[in-house]
Amino acid sequence: MKVSYFPGCTLRTKAKDLDFYARKCAEILGVELCEIENWQCCGAAFVSAKDEVASKLSSVRALAAARDAEQPLVTVCSACHNVIKQTNHAMQTDAEFAAKANLYMSQDKEPTEAYNGETTVYHYLELLRDVVGFDKLKEAVKNPLTGKKIAAYYGCMLLRPGKVLGFDDPENPTIIENFIRALGAEPVIYSYRNECCGSYAVLEDAEAAKKKSNKVSENAADNGAEMIVTACPLCKYNLEKSGSSIPVVYFTELLATALGVKEDTDAE
Amino acid sequence: MLNKTERQKEQILRSSGVNPLKCMRCGKCSGTCPSYDEMEYHPHQFVYMVETGDIETLMKSDSIYKCLSCFACVDRCPRGVEPAKLVEAVRLMAIRQKDANHLTPNDIPALLDDETPQQLLMSAMRKYSK
Repeated sequence: MKVSYFPGCTLRTKAKDLDFYARKCAEILGVELCEIENWQCCGAAFVSAKDEVASKLSSVRALAAARDAEQPLVTVCSACHNVIKQTNHAMQTDAEFAAKANLYMSQDKEPTEAYNGETTVYHYLELLRDVVGFDKLKEAVKNPLTGKKIAAYYGCMLLRPGKVLGFDDPENPTIIENFIRALGAEPVIYSYRNECCGSYAVLEDAEAAKKKSNKVSENAADNGAEMIVTACPLCKYNLEKSGSSIPVVYFTELLATALGVKEDTDAE
Repeated sequence: MLNKTERQKEQILRSSGVNPLKCMRCGKCSGTCPSYDEMEYHPHQFVYMVETGDIETLMKSDSIYKCLSCFACVDRCPRGVEPAKLVEAVRLMAIRQKDANHLTPNDIPALLDDETPQQLLMSAMRKYSK
């Protein structure tokens, strides 16, 4: 199957592994990621204000491009997922916002038809769960990660706002744990898996971010995890910068190891 | 004619889409806020202070830059008040003033290290500057 793919700014620079293995693994699983032409950065953080329009247009353009290609839109970065899904929701439910956004869009060099939220957005993990299926994923595993205890770190942007993203139960998510199980490893459940890493506050108050990140990595390690898996470059940066005692890897690296297209996830 | 306080309140309510009158003052938003310790005014106080029109005080407080947009208060509020959206609206009201950006591109080079992800710079610029 073909899907429109929105890699995002960080996957082209500091998080190349997140992108590279996402593409490689999709191939194996029979999904063709068709990168959207001339995509623009989503902005990395959704501005919830209804009167903030221009900064959301990059997401609307990507959504409209996927609609025109008659494909669902897939993201790998949890921030892109969050921003694009929230923008899509605003286009579907807020007529005033959608009218303003479409007015801007009509001024584009090559304007598309007005966009009103027609596109389905999947995070790559949702694609694995809902389209490929974790049972099929399990069958494709060549090197099961047997015996590995892995902590899923959801953070905020995969889950919240739960009603808008529809990704999983925001207080008791299971998708990454089931992903870990499909790869043959053992998920570690710990209470800080859906709490914030400190996010962009690290830029002006590294100590405050460290406090939050430490709570997450210590809580995972205390519950017996050997490794933390994430979909977010900023979560990975914050956890590593704050000195996590266990490695933090992207879920696509783990996937690639299990599918036999990457040697060893620990080596990162 | 609305006075300045009333105008500000109306703008905050319109921009955020929040109705602070739904709040039952349980404090769960502040209880779950990861930035509670760093904030002068906490999420439940934002709700109350917007309701009473004390917006100028919030605009001048650093608390508006401490919210991480993690949306924990939004998802965990038993009344669906969505305090983070009020914080966002107040922050925008502050930084949309002339020369009031909290972070400018000139500040960035000094804040970088070798691993800084673009996502961090993008989200900080989106939240701290207009």
